[in-house]
Amino acid sequence: MSGLIKSSLARKYAMALSGLFLIVFLLQHFTINLISVFSEEVFNEVSHFMGNNPIVQFILQPILIFGVLFHFTMGFVLEYQNRSSRAQNYAENKGSANSTWMSRNMIWSGAVILSFLGLHFVDFWFPEMNYKYIEVLPENPNRYFEEMVHKFVSPVRVVLYAVSFVFLMLHLLHGFSSSFQSVGLNNKYTKALKSFTIAFSVVIPAGFIFIAFFHHLNA
Amino acid sequence: MNLTLKIWRQANTSAQGKMQTYPIENVSPDMSFLEMMDVLNEQLINKGIDPVAFDHDCREGICGMCSMYINGEAHGPDRLVTTCQLHMRKFKDGETITIEPFRANAFPVVKDLAVDRSAFDRIQHAGGFVSVNTSGNTQDANAIPINKHDADNAFDAATCIGCGACVASCKNASAMLFVSAKVSQYALLPQGKVEAADRVLNMVKQMDEEGFGNCTNTGACEVECPKGISLENIARMNREYLVASAKG
Amino acid sequence: MASLDSKIPEGSLSDKWTNHKSHINLVSPANKRLIDVIVVGTGLAGASAAATLAELGYNVKAFCFQDSPRRAHSIAAQGGINAAKNYQGDGDSTYRLFYDTIKGGDYRSREANVHRLAEVSTNIIDQCVAQGVPFARDYGGLLDNRSFGGVLVSRTFYAKGQTGQQLLLGAYSAMNRQIGRGKIKMYNRHEMMDLVIVDGKARGIIARNLVTGQIERHGAHAVVVASGGYGNVFFLSTNAMGSNVSAGWKIHQKGAHFANPCFTQIHPTCIPVSGDHQSKLTLMSESLRNDGRIWVPKNLEDVKAIREGRLKPTDLKEEDRDYYLERRYPAFGNLVPRDVASRAAKERCDAGFGVNKTGEAVYLDFASAIVRYGKEQAHVKGLDEKDSVLVKKLGQDVVRSKYGNLFQMYEKIVDQNPYEMPMMIYPAVHYTMGGVWVDYNLMTSIPGCYAIGEANFSDHGANRLGASALMQGLADGYFVLPYTIGDYLSNDIRTGPIPTNTPEFDAAENTVKDKINLFLTNKGKNSVDHYHKKLGKIMWDKCGMSRNAKGLKEAMSEIKALREDFYENVNVPGTDSEFNEQLAKAGRVADFLELGELFAKDALERTESCGGHFREESQTPEGEAMRDDENFTFVSAWEYKGEPADAVLHKEELNYEEIEVKTRSYK
Repeated sequence: MSGLIKSSLARKYAMALSGLFLIVFLLQHFTINLISVFSEEVFNEVSHFMGNNPIVQFILQPILIFGVLFHFTMGFVLEYQNRSSRAQNYAENKGSANSTWMSRNMIWSGAVILSFLGLHFVDFWFPEMNYKYIEVLPENPNRYFEEMVHKFVSPVRVVLYAVSFVFLMLHLLHGFSSSFQSVGLNNKYTKALKSFTIAFSVVIPAGFIFIAFFHHLNA
Repeated sequence: MNLTLKIWRQANTSAQGKMQTYPIENVSPDMSFLEMMDVLNEQLINKGIDPVAFDHDCREGICGMCSMYINGEAHGPDRLVTTCQLHMRKFKDGETITIEPFRANAFPVVKDLAVDRSAFDRIQHAGGFVSVNTSGNTQDANAIPINKHDADNAFDAATCIGCGACVASCKNASAMLFVSAKVSQYALLPQGKVEAADRVLNMVKQMDEEGFGNCTNTGACEVECPKGISLENIARMNREYLVASAKG
Repeated sequence: MASLDSKIPEGSLSDKWTNHKSHINLVSPANKRLIDVIVVGTGLAGASAAATLAELGYNVKAFCFQDSPRRAHSIAAQGGINAAKNYQGDGDSTYRLFYDTIKGGDYRSREANVHRLAEVSTNIIDQCVAQGVPFARDYGGLLDNRSFGGVLVSRTFYAKGQTGQQLLLGAYSAMNRQIGRGKIKMYNRHEMMDLVIVDGKARGIIARNLVTGQIERHGAHAVVVASGGYGNVFFLSTNAMGSNVSAGWKIHQKGAHFANPCFTQIHPTCIPVSGDHQSKLTLMSESLRNDGRIWVPKNLEDVKAIREGRLKPTDLKEEDRDYYLERRYPAFGNLVPRDVASRAAKERCDAGFGVNKTGEAVYLDFASAIVRYGKEQAHVKGLDEKDSVLVKKLGQDVVRSKYGNLFQMYEKIVDQNPYEMPMMIYPAVHYTMGGVWVDYNLMTSIPGCYAIGEANFSDHGANRLGASALMQGLADGYFVLPYTIGDYLSNDIRTGPIPTNTPEFDAAENTVKDKINLFLTNKGKNSVDHYHKKLGKIMWDKCGMSRNAKGLKEAMSEIKALREDFYENVNVPGTDSEFNEQLAKAGRVADFLELGELFAKDALERTESCGGHFREESQTPEGEAMRDDENFTFVSAWEYKGEPADAVLHKEELNYEEIEVKTRSYK
């Protein structure tokens, strides 16, 4: 890590690449969640695979956790550095004149997503870890769908879930296209790429919200 | 026009500063912003008050010396101009105008609205040049044809006036637009390519040591830049740095 | 003081520089390390000289009053830089550039210097390209050229409308490399306050740190003054606010002759003054005259209607317009040299034809160029040439691509769209051909003290051609001074470091401190600007575009009186130990108040008209300038004797061997 912390540009690449990695994970997560809307069996099948395949569990999962930890730790470190690079603030600063709200508030959208991840871990990951590796309960390949639907019974949770995904959308609206700029991609395709990232940033979180409401209403 | 000015007053780098309010009357809409400041200073001198210190020189938008943060924006509300080319017709009669120095730890206040931007100079010392001596025996200027597209892009990057509006506008006080403009100019020209890798590594290292913040791609710099330097230059520098680091 | 020795080398004109370079003394690389050189000013001349001297191995200390060397006012030069490359194959040559410059200067410059300038011009372009200066290129990737006033070839290299910026950044980058290596020690926000002379040689300067107010002593084996021109003596000029004569004036006071102070260039295409609050004037490149036509209304009733806003210039019929340059100078038309174009504008405005509310503006009209280009484009693209809306649009696009940044600047300042309405322009003080007298080696009359760039008087005679200032600054700094200074410094290899604890430094520092004290304790009733503006008005009214004996005599006595009033009543607030702009300005204006008087005296003495200097007593019946070669083919070099009125004139006779002196005609 120390080498990466040293240069501001290396930190920038690291943020961009970890972000892009998390976007890939997000897409995969979304795909699986979406399956739940169409087929309980297939959803259970895929979830069972993801939950028990050793490659997923012991290689991909740690990488993912590292990616998440890295992205937000780095995010906080950068925010701290950036704030302290201007000790005396402006009496009047019109950020809206030259930049988007999203780009200026990544730390806040990020913080909301992080707290959502906390909730998500409490809801799914901790029980899952407990189930598999601590209490070592017998595997039931059909438990996943029910467990999930159960979580969407509470309207409070669904609303929290929806709000969190709105913040994820805001985070992605800046972060996704920004990560390409960070790794040096800015050329004639940038405009098209940007449109794609905007569409992605809206559609995917909206899809998550849709799934949540779907199960809430069908439960 | 009659205006109320709220101006940052700070006696020197180590002194504590604060905002002061000054009314000013009979401002002509045809005045430039700095001419309005001249009038204010003339009034202050006649009243026995220390005039407001601010940097300025060419007053035609090219030297890059003027540096005010006006109503929350570097060089004020107009686009593609420096403060000296901002005219009072952009403001309304009776308006209150907030005037602050460009703020960043890397730009300590010298006095009032004047700041020390020598960090920019030091970044240039680290690599903002092509290592060629004056001999009179360099090859003929037309010996290497340069693709017009590259030449034009190099020129566009080279028009940076080093005013520091990018740093002032950036919420992180990052100097990436400034540094990338210089890196780009040379990276695009065959004369500069030879030492491109060392240049980008050295300049970024110096930039980091000066205490500028990190770039988070908000794009504020590009919008506020009086010369319209493009974010593409930052992307190019990111690329150059990546390749240079990989070559190691 | 000894009479003037210009030290022009022997031999034929075209061999002088080569021979001279081969025969002057050199300093060995090992010894250069032992020698310190001070360079004051970091514009094109100062930055290029500092960088080259450091490359050669000297220890350089460079000073500028701005916060960075890159801010020097060379940065504002727009149009381009001349060089006899003949890339266009249009018959250019070193000789032709030399000839054009001498003729453009109205036969008042030193032949050998100008020839050398033309010789090294080509090296400048090679050097700048090697440094990464992004000159404009054509689609084949080769360098492009444009043409400028007063010449018949295209030899001007350019980088859009920002050539000066790009060249200065090139020289600044060369400096940066040497600063990084530790060979140049850079002193930003420092002002030279005085020159220190030890045993008759320049041995250092007294400088003031403008941030802390600290007075500093700097010793060196030679001092190079590259502090630019003195156009700000007029208060309103196209110079930067901080541009000043002080470094040049201080060395003048210490014994350097000041040459041709009255040779001032008034540039014809500037944005007119809009009111009393104006702090400076903005130039628009001479290149605009390639396509713009200059006119005023023919009838005074129309002028009145326009001033009162009842009539728009675009409503005026062709036959009611007076394209006075085309009328008076059919051969060169709108592209006559600057001095001629400026005087013609003044003549029309004095006759009451000025088109803005102050009566001091003429039109620069692009309407016919827009139509011409539009038709051409329509033809090329196979579109309807009779569709006037389309033609106008296409034409505007062409004009935008050529002059877009200038049009934008005009619109920002004047708040009028120049694509639709003709621009309003008026002449403004722009460049000073006069300056510190130097010999062929660029050394002033003080041994070890050099002056380069606009600060010296040397190459432009009585009028400078467009795109030649950048050429001269870089020629002096990159290619001339670094050689010629070696000849002098070769005697200094055993001198060792110059001590600054000597009585000479004590005396100079005390003088500086006394002056500062005087300003701060004066507690008068008028601001520094009050005096600067008054001086500017006298200069503009009586020493401006046309001059006469009566006005010049009045100017001398008025400036003297103003100077006395200044020392009596000036008010400089603040202290000497802080960032105090008013204090710095007071010192500069004090020097302008002396220079102004010498300027008027020089103009009074020279009863001929030549170049930028127009004496009403010396004109042809048609009102054209009339030179007096028999009595005035010389450089006026003034020796300081206290009061400017007491300055003593030394004449450097100008001999033309290779050029036949002719009457300049652009008819």
